[in-house]
Amino acid sequence: MGNTSSMLTQYDIEEVQEHCNHAFSQQEIVSLYHRFCQLDRNSSGFITGDEFLSVPEFAVNPLSQRLLRMLDGLNFKEFVAFLSAFSPRISLQQKIECDHYVFIFPIFFFFILPLFAVEHHILFWVVLFKVYDFNSNGKVTFDDILSVLRDLTGSFISEQQRQEVITRVLEEAGYRRDSSLVLSDFMRILGSSQLKMEVEVPID
Amino acid sequence: MGGLDSSSMETDLDRPNIEEYLTTETIREVPKKLHLSDLLDISPTLTEAAGAIVDDSFTRCFKSNSPEPWNWNIYLFPLWCLGVVVRYGILFPARVGVLALGWIVFFAAFLPVHFLIRGHDKWRRKIERKLVEMMCSVFVASWTGVIKYHGPRPSRRPQQVFVANHTSMIDFIILEQMTAFAVIMQKHPGWVGFIQKTILESVGCIWFNRTESKDREVVATKIREHTQGVDNNPLLIFPEGTCVNNHYTVMFKKGAFELGCAVCPVAIKYNKIFVDAFWNSKKQSFTTHLAQLMTSWAVVCDVWYLEPQYIRPGEIPIEFAERVRDMISVRAGLKKVPWDGYLKYFRPSPKLTERKQQIFAESVLKRLEEK
Repeated sequence: MGNTSSMLTQYDIEEVQEHCNHAFSQQEIVSLYHRFCQLDRNSSGFITGDEFLSVPEFAVNPLSQRLLRMLDGLNFKEFVAFLSAFSPRISLQQKIECDHYVFIFPIFFFFILPLFAVEHHILFWVVLFKVYDFNSNGKVTFDDILSVLRDLTGSFISEQQRQEVITRVLEEAGYRRDSSLVLSDFMRILGSSQLKMEVEVPID
Repeated sequence: MGGLDSSSMETDLDRPNIEEYLTTETIREVPKKLHLSDLLDISPTLTEAAGAIVDDSFTRCFKSNSPEPWNWNIYLFPLWCLGVVVRYGILFPARVGVLALGWIVFFAAFLPVHFLIRGHDKWRRKIERKLVEMMCSVFVASWTGVIKYHGPRPSRRPQQVFVANHTSMIDFIILEQMTAFAVIMQKHPGWVGFIQKTILESVGCIWFNRTESKDREVVATKIREHTQGVDNNPLLIFPEGTCVNNHYTVMFKKGAFELGCAVCPVAIKYNKIFVDAFWNSKKQSFTTHLAQLMTSWAVVCDVWYLEPQYIRPGEIPIEFAERVRDMISVRAGLKKVPWDGYLKYFRPSPKLTERKQQIFAESVLKRLEEK
């Protein structure tokens, strides 16, 4: 492995911790640094798409190409920020913000509270939305959803069936085929689901 | 229900059931009606990807943990310094001397025997075998190998192959000093390649080249011929196909297990107390690796010769390979991972992704039926 935590100073660790809103403990950040160095084989300071794909478990994931668009060329700070979307720890600061909203704007109680559903880290929604929003225009259309479903199901469902499925569930949820969804729509639709989104960082 | 392909038989025969090791993301007991939220919920797949980024069982197999420094103390540090002086100043030159002497004696005996004794092939091969065994013992002495062999020593018989877990090229040397094996090795460049071509040919070694695709069939034929021959040295195969860090075993290639002969498992476990014998071929050359071994106190290792196994009726080679891998892993205290060692060099087959797609597709279609 070669790289020890002596390459990472206390100041660096704190800076990274700030950047990810304290989603990880300092020990976890050191652990992630070891992992980053392990993946970044040519020590270029960032992990290339190829280096990510050398992890077989990642390469066989049907969404790997979409995630690579977000991951390619990230330096360590950004890498940790990305992974903080999957951290089970929500920062105290964001919790306070949530309570703050509830007191000051009771009218928006019904809208804001589901948005800041306490269990789900805001960044997770952003990542999830960005997987769908391929051209990054802030809107997810029927074609975007179709594209993701294609990646997830491959040749095991016909294209026609995929379109049928999506049309049906969209209509049932009150949308039309030419509707487009934004981030807050996603949060509302998925807000009450049991989303599985926590990843544990092993500490060496 | 059109559009759903049935899982191809070829996939099942090619590898063991990966689902035993990997969890499927959709474990819903009762299929419920499909809603928009279910379709948009890609969180299990996303989380799997993130989990793989943070830690994955394949990269773990090739990770060498740097040893804990014990010399952090005011009285331990001078001791450690003294140790360094002894290791680099006294032991290393002595070992290099022993090794050099060994090579000289070996070549002095081997070259005449190899080129001059013609006609008495049986004698020639016997002497060459003994010389190779002696040379390997010299190697082992040059790193002060403390090796304990357990179990009955291999005997020379046709219709048998030996399989062992692989940590470094020194596995071969350790086993070779006890019995002259014929081994299957990756073609290497440099001085190792030179030795491969000249000396190891005499013991009956077979070469392969990972990067050549047609190579596999050629090698398979050579293996088959070798095991049939009566007077050949017993064949040693490392079915993992690559060096692993001696804490895990990767999947065994089925080549050694479809020969229809006895498979004798050998388990090798190194004790990391003085040095980590794992050769990370991406990080160091073999010369550097040897130098590292020669400047440490000792290489401590256990070798177990296990009971010969035969393929059971109704068992396919891949299952046989897994069974033997089980035996070796248990004996040497290693954990099993469901990955092919060659993934170090190549990308995973798209079939694995397709399998995941199939599972997801099936669950969607099933729920579509529900009202």
